[in-house]
Parts: sequence; C-alpha cells; structure tokens
Amino acid sequence: MTAQHPRHLVVVGGGMVAQRLVEALRARDEAGTWRVTVLAEEPLAPYDRVALTSYFGARDVSELTLGDPALWEDELVTLHRDRAVTAIDPQRREVTDRLGTVHRYDELVLATGSRAAVPPIPGTDLPGVFVYRTIDDVAALRGWVEGLREDQGRGPRARPLRGAVIGGGLLGLEAAGALTALGAQATVVQFGTHLMDAQIDLGGAQALTRLMNAQGIAVRTSTATTQIRPSRRTRAVGRLDFADGGRLDADVVVLATGVRPRDELARAAGLEVADRGGAVVDLACRTSAPHVWAVGEVACIEGRCLGLVAPGYAMAEVVVDRLLGGDATFPGADTATKLKFHGVDVASFGDAFAASEGAMEVVWADPVGGVYKKLVLSDDARTLLGGVLVGDASAYATLRPLVGTALPAEPGAFLLPEGGGGAPSVELPDDAAVCSCNNVSAGTVRAAVTEQGCTDLAGVKACTRAGTSCGSCLPLVKTIVGTELERAGIAVSTALCEHIALSRAQLFDAVRVADLHTFSEIIERFGTVPAGESGPARGCDICKPVIASILASLGNGHILDGEQATLQDTNDHVLANIQKDGTYSVVPRIPGGEITPEGLVVIGQVAQEFGLYTKITGGQRIDMFGARIEQLPQIWARLVEAGFESGHAYGKSLRTVKSCVGSTWCRYGVQDSVGMAVRLELRYRGLRSPHKIKLGVSGCARECAEARSKDVGVIATEKGWNVYVGGNGGFAPRHAQLLAEDLDDETLVRTIDRFLMYYIRTADWLQRSARWMEEVEGGLDGVRAVIMDDTLGICADLDAAMQAHVDSYTDEWKAVLTDPDKLRRFGSFVNAPDVADPDLAYVAERGQRRPATDAERSAGATLIAGPTLAVRS
Amino acid sequence: MTAAPTATGVRVCALADLLPERGAAALVDGVQVAVFRLLDDTVRAVGQRDPFSGANVMSRGIVGTRQGEPTVASPMYKQVFSLDTGRCLDTLGYEPVGGADPDLPVWRARVVDGDVWLEPTTGEG
Repeated sequence: MTAQHPRHLVVVGGGMVAQRLVEALRARDEAGTWRVTVLAEEPLAPYDRVALTSYFGARDVSELTLGDPALWEDELVTLHRDRAVTAIDPQRREVTDRLGTVHRYDELVLATGSRAAVPPIPGTDLPGVFVYRTIDDVAALRGWVEGLREDQGRGPRARPLRGAVIGGGLLGLEAAGALTALGAQATVVQFGTHLMDAQIDLGGAQALTRLMNAQGIAVRTSTATTQIRPSRRTRAVGRLDFADGGRLDADVVVLATGVRPRDELARAAGLEVADRGGAVVDLACRTSAPHVWAVGEVACIEGRCLGLVAPGYAMAEVVVDRLLGGDATFPGADTATKLKFHGVDVASFGDAFAASEGAMEVVWADPVGGVYKKLVLSDDARTLLGGVLVGDASAYATLRPLVGTALPAEPGAFLLPEGGGGAPSVELPDDAAVCSCNNVSAGTVRAAVTEQGCTDLAGVKACTRAGTSCGSCLPLVKTIVGTELERAGIAVSTALCEHIALSRAQLFDAVRVADLHTFSEIIERFGTVPAGESGPARGCDICKPVIASILASLGNGHILDGEQATLQDTNDHVLANIQKDGTYSVVPRIPGGEITPEGLVVIGQVAQEFGLYTKITGGQRIDMFGARIEQLPQIWARLVEAGFESGHAYGKSLRTVKSCVGSTWCRYGVQDSVGMAVRLELRYRGLRSPHKIKLGVSGCARECAEARSKDVGVIATEKGWNVYVGGNGGFAPRHAQLLAEDLDDETLVRTIDRFLMYYIRTADWLQRSARWMEEVEGGLDGVRAVIMDDTLGICADLDAAMQAHVDSYTDEWKAVLTDPDKLRRFGSFVNAPDVADPDLAYVAERGQRRPATDAERSAGATLIAGPTLAVRS
Repeated sequence: MTAAPTATGVRVCALADLLPERGAAALVDGVQVAVFRLLDDTVRAVGQRDPFSGANVMSRGIVGTRQGEPTVASPMYKQVFSLDTGRCLDTLGYEPVGGADPDLPVWRARVVDGDVWLEPTTGEG
C-alpha cells in the first residue's frame, strides 16, 4: 500500500470559527490530506451566534444553521456534539473528552471561544439572573419570562414584567431587545459614560439612547451595580442596588458585561496565557506549544482577544493555509461593526474615536430624526480614517472599504440625509475589503465576473462567498457586480427578449397602469421595433408566455380566450402537463389533500377506462399519465361531472396547499390545518404567477406538512398561526423565513394575500419566491415593511387585486368543455382528428403501463396505446 | 388579379381549420407534419417529430420570430427552429436523440382557394 493516510486534525470547540475552519479546509484540501475531528460542547452543530437575537422570535434552531449542513456528512469530517474536552496533552499529542475517549492528533486547534463574564457582585446566582451567549441561555431566559407571565396572568394584579440588563455594550442592547420582544420592559444599566462605549462616541451614543427610549428601552449610564437582591416573596431576583444609592425593581436580570476567553484547557496544558486571559498566539495563530493552534475569541493575538466573528474567520483561514503548507499571517483585526437593532442602524469603523494624531471630525447630527453621523479624517481632511453612523448607516457599505484612502467626494456628501443628493457613487479600489466576514475584496468580486464568468449575484456569492455570512455587504456586492457586467458588455439588460425591452416586473406594471388587455395592444405599445421595420414583430416563445401570465394575473378571462390562446405554452394550451413521449398527465385539484372515497373511486375509474398510469404526487393529489391530446376533453368531461376542477398542475400558478391532518384527528394538533389548507387552496386556485407557488399548513410545531419548504408555510401555534415565506425544495432547497407570528385566521389570509400579490407584481419571470426574497429591496425585513406596515402605501391595492382574483375565479376545464372553439384545439391530426399518434408504444411494469424504451421498441415487445395491458414475459 | 397558383401535392385541410399563430399536426401518407398558420394567413409546414426528444410534438410549440424569421419552439426542451428553413437556430446545448439531424424537414405549403396543400421539398429549403 502506497496510499498515504490522511493526517488527523482535532478541533476543540464547535462554534462559528470552528465551522469556518473545517469548511475552509475541506474546500481547499482537494487531495484529502487531512481528516478532521470536531469536539463540540454544545449538543448542536455549529450555529450562527451572531444572529441569536434576530431569530429570537423563532423557536426553530435550524434558522441559525451555518453554511451547508452537508459539511458534517463529509467522510473526512467527524463532528462529536455534546463532547466537551477535559484535557490536552501536547507531549503525547492527545486530547481526552468527557467520556474518557482519547483522540490522538497530528495538529490541534483550540476554538473554545468565550464565556459570558459574570461580574463580581452578590446575587448573580439568584433565580431569574441570566447570561446571554448560547441558544440554551436564550431558551432559559424565554422560559423564565413566559413562566412569570403565566403566573401573573392568573394573579389579581397583573403588571408589566420588569427586566434589567447590566451592561450597555453590543450584547447588552441585544439582550434588551430580546426582553422587549418577550413583552417585558427593559432598562439597560451601563457602568460607562455611554452606550456601546467600545464602538461609538458620546454623540453617537446620545442619538442611540434617544432611539432606544423611543422603543421603550430605558438607559441608565455611569451606574455601578453593587448588588442583586432577591424578592422576599419569591426568593428569585427582585431588585438591583446601585452605588449611587438608587435601586431598580426587576423580575428578570440579564448580565451582559462582556466575555472571557475559555482558556482553562490551555492553562492546564501549560500553554502560554495572557495576563487578561486568552491563549497567546503569533501572527500564524501558533500557541506556545508545538502542533497546537488557537483561533477566535480564545486566542490572544497582537496582545488582545477579539470578541468579533470576522477576525476569528480570518484566523481560521490562516491556520488552514498553514496546515496546507502555506505561509499566511493574520492580516490585522477589522473591528468594524454594523448592526441593526430593532430597526436602528449602528455602525462604527476604523478610528471611530479620532485617536490618530491630528485627526479631524466632521459631524452631522439630527436629534429630532435620531440620526448621528461622524467621519474621522486625517489632518489634511482628505484621508478617511473611520466613522460612526447611528440611525442611518446606509453609507457604511461604501465608507468602510475606503478607510485609509482618499475620500472621493466632499465629506458632507456622505453625511447629509437623502434628498440632499444622496451618497455619491464610488468606484472602490480592488484591494478594498467588501465582505469582512469572509475577507473578500472588491477585486475578487470583479474577478468573479470578468474571469470566472459569473453573471449574477447568486453566482458571485457562490463563487466568492461574499455576503454569505452576515449579508450586510450584499447591496454593495450587487452594485459592483452590476457595474462589472455592464463594463464587460454582458447584458445586464433586464430585457425579456428581442421583442420586449422591459423586465417582467416593469412590463407587469406597464400593462397594469396602461390598462392593456390583449397581446396585440401590449406588443404595439411596448414591443421593440426592429431596424428598418414600421412596427414591432409578433413576439416569441420567451415573451409570449410572460405576457400570457401577466394578462392572467391581471384577470383577463379564460387563458384560451381570443389572442391569449396563441401565447400559451403547450401545457397551458391544453391544460395538462406534457410528458416525454408527447402525451400528457392530468391532475384534478384535491384541495388540502382531502378527498372523499367517492372522489377516489371516480379517479380510479377514469384511469382504468383510459389506461392511465397513476401516481400520488408530493402535493397530496393524484397524477394520471399517458393521456393523448385528443383524450383530454373526454377525461375531463368525466372528472368535471364528478365535481373535480382543474388542478393547474400545468400552470405557473398555485399548485397545492399541503396539509397534515391537524387538530381534527391528530392528538397533537393545535389548529385545524386541513380546514385552513382547503380555505387557502380554494382562495388562490387559478392564481397565475411568475413561477409555480406551493403552500403548506401544519397543525402543530411538529411540522408534518413540511410547510417550511414551501413558498408560504403556515404552522399552527397555541394562539394562531405563524407564517413563513420564501421556502423552496427542488434544485436549491431553502427553508422559509418567519414573517409573522400568532396571527388569527383573517390576518393570516390577508398577510398571504399581500405576500403573493407583491411577489406576483415584482418578481422576474421564472423566479421562485426564495430567489425573489434574496433580490427584493430589503429582503425579509423589506417585505415585512411593505405588506405588514404598508410602507409603500400599496396594501389596499394588493388586497383589492387579490379580491378581484378570488371573485373572478372559474374552473378553466369546465369552460373549455362548453366551448366548441376551445375544444377544436384538442385534435390529434387536423385531417384525422381521432387517429392516435401511431408512434406511441407502451409496456407493462408493476401492474401499470409506461412508455417503451428504444430497446423495447426495437424488440417489438410493446403495446400500442390502449387500456389493456400486454403481459411481458 | 394575379393568377391563382395551381393546386399540387396533398390537400391537408382548409385554412379555416388552422388557428392563427398556432400549429396543427397532419398525417400525410403516414408521415406526421406540423402545419402552422401565421398571422398573414400564409402557412408553413415542418416535420412533426422533435429531433431533441423523439416525440411527435412540434405542432404544439409556440410560434414567434427571431430577427424577423418565423420560428417555432419545441414544447419539450424549447429548441427554436426556423419555420422557413427548418434549421435549428438554438440547440440550447442539447444533442438530438439517436444521432438525428438537428434540423426539421420542410414541406412547401400553399393556400389555394382556402385550402392548404403540402408538397415535400428536396431538402434544399
């Protein structure tokens, strides 16, 4: 055997930086020279700790999934969860885990991270005092607050719950937001002179304090807490005492006074540890012991521990490079921060405190609007050194990469509010870091377009990983990609085709506003006139189905009425789904997957009579295959007579609303999911859209309807319904994201109405809602603002449009059967309307028929289309 | 008045049997032909068999134009063919099944006294 055994890397810790290290190693180690064992303390795969608060409302941990979960299935990667390491022996190159298992290593990486610091004051061990670091912490805090509220709800004197957060840094504000999200009052108690004193200056903090107050969060600064006292009645936490003699009643307290590196393993193993904690590493992330590395918050690099994820990622990349024989070094910490805290933007970058010699500050402050912006410039007022942005951080993406370079315009242009001209457009230098999470430069993004042939944002994301962690740089990446495509002469044109110069969304609006109702009107008005011609040409296979869909979405009668018929793809044209041999499949609607025994019998009889292959679909209905074009009207005559309607399986339209059986039968169900699914399916049936739409309704959190893989997923709660949007199965699976919680029936329906109509109006052709959510202005938050807060003032219009759809619905197949003109479209041959396509051939398999393969055809062992099965020997 | 063309070949149907800007299949001596009526009431005819799927479906494609040339797109995998020459204008990266010619055979189609007549061409198109 000459095959080399892979070397063994052991990673202690299973947080975000560990995940990044393993991901980077598996991406770069193409030869498979390393196998990796990750020993994680938490019982979960690595998750997105940064997003802990933003996902506070959701109880589903999968929302916090980092990267591609398939990483943990890789045969060279072993993840042991719930397996804390208890000892390291650098001499023998072994680590021991809590079960006593010994893991030998060639190289060892410490990625143990931090723990929440507990301040040295009495009372931190009382019930009701929490730290805020892990999913378990969040769950415990939520459990406590909900428990208190339940007790109170039964009591005679219900009052709002009072929460206090000790610590006014980033984490403290996050925790305060979590408390208000749980319905508790929150007071932030800050020892320092102002909020977020590590990131922003006093002026910024004043603006931030006003914005916090507006959200019902109180702030006390310059306040030292001396003691946390128990309530005499409950023995749990009751109040805080302050050094200035003040006190604050509190039913729940969150400690957010910083983090401490978890360096106890490093200490015990004799590694060098800094005075203030943290395993000391050099710029290659090597600790004092051979073959032992440290990355992330446990590492003390350049004399300090860094409590941000971006430098941790950079360290992980350095170690991976070194493991593979490279000589990368830590590029220095980018401590720039941008967060959105309950809708309030706060950003800080570079020399935010103007500590550089001769630094000048240019400040714009609007106390009324709650905006504070400051740029720090070099003494000649030309080079950007840093800045603070509170209340409006829209300039962050442009400014942060410019740190250290000459400002390309007057400072005021970047500070004044929009309407004052807006931020100037800036061409970033190639080495400017665009995505600091993944250390992607503007040049790398450009190269993805110019050298690697990416033609859209999704491609560039996959290729460079820009914007795949926190996503804050996506608008900037999109702009760079757009500029580069334009420069490369690659049509950024959103034109549909040579006939229509508009995008689908533009055309939709144009048709709606101009009140056009036929293909001829649209092509006359918006069609491109070719050079040397007097009028536009008559469309093509690309623009015709788009126009057909737009006309249908806007309610223009039957899809086969008049000119509309010429626009339809064959599926819509014959209201069935074409199959590989040119026959069609037939799918009657079965709303919510609920069907009577009588209905099942009819479907069985029809399939038997016409010799159709039957299969249950993923959308909980029945597909009948092998119907010839001339048979479709006869088949549907039977189905319509039995009360079935078109299932629109052929259309870019609502397909199904999948449901579990719900509270009607299920002992766990909390709401009637079948009833809601039927209601939704009947409401949206026939609704034409940019792509197919699927919905799901689950009757409890067990989610048996797999609703979160749908465009709209509805999951029952004790109080109503949670609604998730933008999910997708298929080629690029994606979980739907939580849009709103605990809605009653009517609010749920109205919310879905608006979501679907907004999508239908603004998406590109063949763009599923998941992709649309990535591209639409503001993403999930933007969609929520438009359809829940009506920030664009279009909700009444969206509601009316959906009501018009609901009011005008008729069954497409029923209409065909009563119209001789439409029935003419279903002949097999114009000169022999009843003759079947003589080339169709079938064989029997598992008791049904299927199209014959080429080999079976040449062998002659086939059966011509017909209901009787020939038995294959 | 110009002289009416003489009817030759095979009559397949009346022009009125065809729908504007759509196709229909016809059986001509056992061969399947896709016949299209354009907006100007002229008719085009090409082979009904889609070279890229092997199914007899070309008449069910969407009619359009590319740079002024009348076209039909296969309903199966969406390749676009010229209705004048039968040439495949865009294979979309697919290969015809069984090593078939990617182009469609063409018939000469004429409308005489409201009837549609087809004649095989000699392949020159």
